[in-house]
Amino acid sequence: MSDIILEMRNISKSFPGVKALDGVNFTVKTGEIHCLVGENGAGKSTLMKILSGIHRYGSYEGDIIVGGEVMRFHSIRESESAGISIINQELALIPELSVAENIFFGHEIMKGRLIDWNETMRQAEGYLKQVRLNVPPSTPMRELRVGSQQLVEIAKSLSKHARLMILDEPTSSLNEEDSANLLNLLRELKQQGVTIIMISHRLKEVVQIADTVTVLRDGMSVCSLDAAGAPVTESEIIRYMVGRDMANIYPVRAEKNIGDVLFSVKNWSAYDPKLRREVLHDVNLEVRRGEIVGLAGLMGAGRTELALSIFGNTPGYRITGGELVMDGESVRFDSPREAIDHGIGYATEDRKKNGLILIQDIRFNTTFANLKALMKGRVISENEEVVQANRLKDSINIKAPSVQQTVLNLSGGNQQKVVLAKWIFARPKLMILDEPTRGIDVGAKYEIYSLMNEMVSQGMSIIMISSELLEVIGMSDRIYVMCEGRITGEVSGAQATEQNIMHLATDTEVV
Amino acid sequence: MDQNKTAKRALAQESVEMLRKNIRNYAMYIALAVIFIVFQVLSKVMLGKGLFLTARNITNLINQTGYIAVMAVGMTLVLIICQIDLSVGFGAGFLGACAARLMTMQVPIPLVILLVLALGVLIGLVQGTIIGKIGVPAFVTTLAGEFIFRGLLTLVTEASGTIPITNDAFNALSNGFVPELFTIGKYHGLTLLVGIVAIALIFVMEIRKRRDMMRYSFETISAPLFAFKLAFFAALIGALTVVLAGYKGISWTIIIVVVIVSIYNFILRNTRTGRYIYGMGGNMEAASLSGVNVKRTLIGVFASMGCMTALGGILYASRINSATPTAGMGFELDAIASCYIAGVSTTGGIGSVVNSVVGAFVIMSLTNGLNLIGIGISYQYLIKGIIFICAVALDVRGRGKKAIG
Ligand SMILES: Nc1ncnc2c1ncn2[C@@H]1O[C@H](COP(=O)(O)OP(=O)(O)OP(=O)(O)O)[C@@H](O)[C@H]1O
Ligand SMILES: [Mg+2]
Repeated sequence: MSDIILEMRNISKSFPGVKALDGVNFTVKTGEIHCLVGENGAGKSTLMKILSGIHRYGSYEGDIIVGGEVMRFHSIRESESAGISIINQELALIPELSVAENIFFGHEIMKGRLIDWNETMRQAEGYLKQVRLNVPPSTPMRELRVGSQQLVEIAKSLSKHARLMILDEPTSSLNEEDSANLLNLLRELKQQGVTIIMISHRLKEVVQIADTVTVLRDGMSVCSLDAAGAPVTESEIIRYMVGRDMANIYPVRAEKNIGDVLFSVKNWSAYDPKLRREVLHDVNLEVRRGEIVGLAGLMGAGRTELALSIFGNTPGYRITGGELVMDGESVRFDSPREAIDHGIGYATEDRKKNGLILIQDIRFNTTFANLKALMKGRVISENEEVVQANRLKDSINIKAPSVQQTVLNLSGGNQQKVVLAKWIFARPKLMILDEPTRGIDVGAKYEIYSLMNEMVSQGMSIIMISSELLEVIGMSDRIYVMCEGRITGEVSGAQATEQNIMHLATDTEVV
Repeated sequence: MDQNKTAKRALAQESVEMLRKNIRNYAMYIALAVIFIVFQVLSKVMLGKGLFLTARNITNLINQTGYIAVMAVGMTLVLIICQIDLSVGFGAGFLGACAARLMTMQVPIPLVILLVLALGVLIGLVQGTIIGKIGVPAFVTTLAGEFIFRGLLTLVTEASGTIPITNDAFNALSNGFVPELFTIGKYHGLTLLVGIVAIALIFVMEIRKRRDMMRYSFETISAPLFAFKLAFFAALIGALTVVLAGYKGISWTIIIVVVIVSIYNFILRNTRTGRYIYGMGGNMEAASLSGVNVKRTLIGVFASMGCMTALGGILYASRINSATPTAGMGFELDAIASCYIAGVSTTGGIGSVVNSVVGAFVIMSLTNGLNLIGIGISYQYLIKGIIFICAVALDVRGRGKKAIG
């Protein structure tokens, strides 16, 4: 068996107006965990899509050599039969089917012309055990949390007997605990002889797990760092990624200027008629002018539910008690429009599902929540619109040839920036950011943090929902922790530690 | 000398680029040109005389297209927001019959038209409310509507069977022409005047737009290409004007369709409502969380569809000078097909009313041409179906956007 499982030689790929990859060389050793890092739009996903046949042979230049053989993949199926399996940035599971059906979707176990259900269930159980997911194989997919869904994706890859497994940002939507589990699982798979390529923006994880780290920048491979000898450090990776040293991950806020209370939630309870349970119970919180308030908690703690129930209550919860106070006035929003008109903005956590209009361009998305600002009489001034969209594109550094680029064609991180651009353009008094840096590279994170600081220095207030504890601690003036629909505690930013927040998030006593 | 060469090359490059960008739009015009030529040749071969491209037939074709064109305009919005309206067929038939009935009761024509349009809006509001507020899918709601309007149409026409319409003013809507006023040679004077005004208007608007863009120092197309574009528009409208002026002039149908398309185009492209419609079609949930009142927008779109259905019904009744018990059968299919041929996305969020009207023109040219060369109705459906599926298949492939996978 050869030492090198995969070699990609001199790979180039262009999209209209964008050179996504420019002569990339990428080598993976058999049985290693190889992390691929780089800024948003550096070309990581594109490289992996080429490897897995999503961008088919002929649409790129260069060679793919797997196990010493030159490969020409025309589809995912062909790469799968060569033992390569990809788990995309966006999961590809079918919520209405069971876990077992999802695992074997597309390569069902047959007995004659019929599906062999007994064997399907038996084997599914085996794979689930292997990925340490403790649910019956007949569970409908939609009942699983994201973390568990990710595990099902891995089980699916295993069932295809993948030798080389590609994971594109597998932990970006997981909380710390699920991420840790996933990383452990990857280590185990490595022991079992599976080679793993993982894309991630969470450098802490990368440092923990990688045998080799390859850095891409602007579509070119910058370097491959071998972690076998001396361990690779985060700052080393960052230096290669952004091309310079970054002293701080969190920008320093020049002067804090925290004023009186802008918005408060009082004894707020909500009941979800669809799930038939209370999703929020007696929530109390307040936000002052110029303050960044963190909202920490585990997945499913009710943070997004809280935001949605405030922001026009689109899920249709029954508000069973409590009130909202904005600027000293009791308010109630029956639609997002009313909330926006009262100066609240909410950047959702799932940009594809409900954050962006993917088939439209950057310009359209940027101005969509505040078209009022562009009106000349009853008409939208398109010229003014382009000017404004360009201004925002430059100020938060959205990587695209122009504001006329369709959002669908942007890299994940740049899509996230468009979501932020939209709400910055709406100029709210209170901005609720739900996982604002999900899938965003370190450099861009810094930019977004600076932007948040700038906004609060102008008197805006921010509620930041985040599952990344360090981010919450690094950015917030005050932190509320939620668990199972309740606020379980409040800590000031200065006193917050990962430990005391985790205790509150799991609602256990500090020992 | 050398400079001249580079300038020429730059111009060529720019032209190619512009063609490439707008290839989708041009494809439909090319299709239209092909249809025109094919039928002209076929009629010459089969009937011994090129009958298709005559002033008379073109005028006829335009007047024939009117009712489908206005319905396609309304349908474009419905399809953009990912909904569908199957009730516009017998809806138009029923509303046309209402107009006929009102006329037999000696109601003055302007009032008849207003009442029928209002009834159309009401119907749209009701269907939109059922879809938006109660949550019955549009497919089901409007399918039920189609049944109901068929029943209502039969009821309205039951007593008398076909209701003849004898009012000349009403019948002029789809058959009449603007008055001549004066002639220039053998040409219809007012028509020429309208043509010239239209060209002038387009010039003024395009030049203003360009100047505006330059003021913002945006990239604009180069001066020679811009001039070419204007000349092209002028030639197209000019040619059509001359053809029409040589026969009976501009028909009222043209004026109605142009006014409707202009209004809708303006709303879709330049107002907030238009943005909301596109946004909602692209991603309903995201639009809602960006502050779009999606229910109200949906109901509004169906109300507008109802209004266009009523107008379509009126134009059709006027066209055939009567209301028949089967009027409107299959109109919904023509209207929907017009939109899809014109590139309205089958998954919503994309579409233009101007294109849809040209799409309606394509469909009607087929009908008209096939009739002209004497192809039977069964073969007409076959041919239309095949051309329709081919057109949309080409479109889907061209955009690299497939319905599945
Ligand atoms: N289908 C496409 N059409 C046009 N441009 C594209 C397309 N897919 C990717 N791109 C462009 O190619 C570049 C590389 O994108 P890619 O998705 O590979 O980035 P990435 O490194 O995965 O970034 P991220 O960390 O944000 O996910 C980006 O500039 C992106 O805009
Ligand atoms: Mg990516």
